[in-house]
Amino acid sequence: MHGLAYALRRLAHAIPTVLAIVVLNFLLLQLAPGDAAEVLAGEAGSATPEYMAQLRRNFGLDQPLWMQLLLYVKQVVTFDLGFSFRHGMPVSELMLSRLGPTLLLMGTVLSLSVIAGVLLGSLAARHLNRWQDNLVSSLTVLAYATPVFWAGLMLIVVFSIKLGWFPTSGMQKVAAFYEGFDRAKDIAHHLVLPAVTLTLFYLALYTRLMRASVLEQVTMDYVVTARAKGLTERQIVRRHVLRNAMLPVVTMAGVQVGAILGGAVVVETVFAWPGLGLLAYESLFARDLNLLLGIFFVSTCLVVIVNLLVDLAYSALDPRIELR
Amino acid sequence: MRDVFLRFIRHKPALVGLLLLALVIAAAFVAGITHPGDPFAIVAKPFLPPLGDYPLGTDMLGRDLAAGILHGARTTLLVGFAATLIATGLGVSIGGLAGYFGGRVDTALMRFTEVFQTIPFFLFAILLVAVLGSSIGKIIFAIAVVSWPPMARLVRGEFMAMRSREFVQACVSLGMGHTRIIVLHILPNTLSAIVVTGSLMVATAILIESGLSFLGLSDPNVMSWGYIIGSGRSVLRTAWWICAAPGVAILLTVMAINLVGDGLNDALNPRLRNL
Repeated sequence: MHGLAYALRRLAHAIPTVLAIVVLNFLLLQLAPGDAAEVLAGEAGSATPEYMAQLRRNFGLDQPLWMQLLLYVKQVVTFDLGFSFRHGMPVSELMLSRLGPTLLLMGTVLSLSVIAGVLLGSLAARHLNRWQDNLVSSLTVLAYATPVFWAGLMLIVVFSIKLGWFPTSGMQKVAAFYEGFDRAKDIAHHLVLPAVTLTLFYLALYTRLMRASVLEQVTMDYVVTARAKGLTERQIVRRHVLRNAMLPVVTMAGVQVGAILGGAVVVETVFAWPGLGLLAYESLFARDLNLLLGIFFVSTCLVVIVNLLVDLAYSALDPRIELR
Repeated sequence: MRDVFLRFIRHKPALVGLLLLALVIAAAFVAGITHPGDPFAIVAKPFLPPLGDYPLGTDMLGRDLAAGILHGARTTLLVGFAATLIATGLGVSIGGLAGYFGGRVDTALMRFTEVFQTIPFFLFAILLVAVLGSSIGKIIFAIAVVSWPPMARLVRGEFMAMRSREFVQACVSLGMGHTRIIVLHILPNTLSAIVVTGSLMVATAILIESGLSFLGLSDPNVMSWGYIIGSGRSVLRTAWWICAAPGVAILLTVMAINLVGDGLNDALNPRLRNL
């Protein structure tokens, strides 16, 4: 019961955020050159005059600004995000079809980087100032400074062009029409390079965080107690320190979902991975601002939802959180 | 101050970072002397490999890559530092007001900050540049708008901690105005934290700029490392070095700034060093 109340409170907290994003979208529409209908129809010049007239009516462009805002909010809240002439389908449908690949990429990156980061970070902390620590720390400094898109391109040069181990782009072999297990294997094969590219950066971040967190935890009293009652160092680290040290990493991973979505734009562009990020890049080229705004709105909603889930999972892991 | 300096130069990675950063700054200065004129100019046959007449070779249009890299250093440094200055101004104002006044002001400002933290910042930067246009000034503005929230949160925390300290209470009881307390007494005490966070912010700003220009959102009149990589991408199979060189430049610059930032952190907050 208590948990439910907490969940509802968090949900109520999220609604104003989503509304604020809608208002921000509206402001961006106002900033763009031309009136909202011209922007929404896309600058491809392919919209029919009838559609333009209908858009102007829908948005009440003859009405005062606050009325326009209300109408815009009403449209977005009912998930009527307009129509993309470039793609010939409604924006919401278009995005739905591209959501899956992005979620797959994001989920893989998030779990890979958290797991590997926790392992490497605690390895470095347990061998403080020895070669393991120096190696891990130097690698994280390098990975943390590497632009994601460049790492992707260099991985393509080495592993696709020179060695031929992985495909350079796409999510599936176009002409193969695999089904079932073969299809999953094919997708996984295509997923390796984009996932590794994006993981490198976040892996570096979580490794640094985990290392610092473990170093902080080992000075705590409970570690002294555990040692006093005769546990081995391995037991202390596995059963006590790791669990506590992981909490900041999990929090950070939750905070970073939005950043990973942003990183997905460049990685999907580099590898032609058919997700929301590639769609954003395409709409940039087609000057389809309405589609871009739609992607922006949906990604932000996605971040809000994931943050909500992380919060709930977190309060289940650590009951003290709810009290704050 | 002497202590701080000594602690900084004892920190070897920070010195390496400082040296690298000095090289990048030197490159930005040298660009106008060794490669005067337009870095977009076509000077030789396209696809010349590195280590010939042109040390880094030429790109697919026959532009000198070395000139591009040197001129790109200017853009990178300009965007990195200008965007950070603006973002720091924004973050310090918002975070400072929230932390100093607390209560409703704090709640409102922090909700505002939270919204900006929820937004996928890179997508937001793309949108801003797409809407506003891609002149260098607008790119700097866009990067600043997406990077101030961490600074605001940090400054808020620092101000909240300072607010209850005796010296601030003494100022209040002396009848000092809010502005004077904030600017003359609290701000100087939070400066070291602001400098450390700001220095790391420069690195992030450079990464955002390179990402934007890689996607084609760069000022068409200004050479930039991300732009070279973005345009060289289509010939990756035949001429991978066109993409490789500017990427190494970005990596080294960002790493240098991160190392200097870490060194500053250790030097200015010695108690945290062992963490």
